Amino acid sequence: MLGARAPEESAAAEAGSAGREPQRGQGTIFEVFRQERKGQPIQHAGSVAAPDGRFAEIYAREQYGRRQESVALWLVPREAVSEIAGFPDEFELKYRRVDGYSIKARLREAREKAGTLELAPGAADE
Amino acid sequence: MDTRTQEFLDYVQSGGQVETGDWMPDEYRSKLVKFIEMHGNSELMGVLPERDWILRAPTLQRKLALTAKIQDEVGHAQLIYRVVEDLGKPRSACLDDLVSGKAKFHNVFHYPTRTWGDVGVIAWLVDAAAIVSQKALLKCSYAPYARIMKKICWEESFHILHGRDVILALVTGTDEQFGLVQEALDRWWEPLMHFHGNPIPADEDPMYVWRIKSQGNEEARQQFLDGYVPQIRELGLTIPDPALRKDEATGQWLYTEPDWDELRAVVTGHGPASEERLAFRRLSREDVAWVEQVVLAEAA
Repeated sequence: MLGARAPEESAAAEAGSAGREPQRGQGTIFEVFRQERKGQPIQHAGSVAAPDGRFAEIYAREQYGRRQESVALWLVPREAVSEIAGFPDEFELKYRRVDGYSIKARLREAREKAGTLELAPGAADE
Repeated sequence: MDTRTQEFLDYVQSGGQVETGDWMPDEYRSKLVKFIEMHGNSELMGVLPERDWILRAPTLQRKLALTAKIQDEVGHAQLIYRVVEDLGKPRSACLDDLVSGKAKFHNVFHYPTRTWGDVGVIAWLVDAAAIVSQKALLKCSYAPYARIMKKICWEESFHILHGRDVILALVTGTDEQFGLVQEALDRWWEPLMHFHGNPIPADEDPMYVWRIKSQGNEEARQQFLDGYVPQIRELGLTIPDPALRKDEATGQWLYTEPDWDELRAVVTGHGPASEERLAFRRLSREDVAWVEQVVLAEAA
């Protein structure tokens, strides 16, 4: 996502090295994260290109904090961020998730057995 | 079209989002760069018509608001060029192409501002036309651009309010002030009608095909007319197109067909103020080149 992947075969990707390295004269790319209010998650908001951390702070304040729209900004050099993408589930471990459980049939059976089927919410739709 | 490109096309057409490091067809990347670069150029050039009026604004509050608006626009240009850089084109190359006339920017910024009425009309109606397009860009298939569009749309909403406030102050003032707005509207109507581009059917527009734009040009123009014709008319202003009316049966606005050749001439640098504005950009770039050199040298 942040261009940290291995180069793809696209000719243009080779030519542009899509964000992987800073371009000549650009300095360092800093990812900007912002927190809208205390208690909110700190979320990725964009990036600034700056010669160093001092300039990055000035640019980030200007571009992401001009209107007191955030209570905090985090700046992280892009090369410090490593991305993990791809979470295979070859064994389909559905029992670890809500969609791995289907209780409808057994619940109906239990209610029938206890004689409480008519009292159940939505019983008329069953 | 090879299979991988076809799959990518199907993916974006069904709402799929693309991130910076994802594989993308060369055509998608180049169309994306061209579109986003033009947007960045437009934000930067859009500053110039308004900049002329900071020193001539009628009140201190207007001076401050105009200055803040201009700072916002430059900030937007920075955000947008950053996105273009991550797609592989350095900012310096974008600026080179801008000042050489190779790259385009929106038609409306090729026209001069003659009165304070123009300043109101630009901040209100030109920004409104822009926000119609920008809202559609929230659904751009290229996610980094869609994300900054969210920020930009939020910030542009103040600009429109400022513009409308300027207009309202004028139309509730003297006859001469009202006249300034009407006269400005008379001159800006055609560029506004040009703004969303010629009515190419959406499925023939590569920008829509790749879902860079999520609506066709004509759809955008119709949305603009729907939203703003009533707002203009309720102030007692006259829109200088006698053929403009809404067909109640179809819900479509009908209007005098704009001169599309003029639009083409303007965006290729032959507008009334194009050369003057590009010359200014060229000059200011030369003037500040030393700052860039010093700053980058110091940081090295």
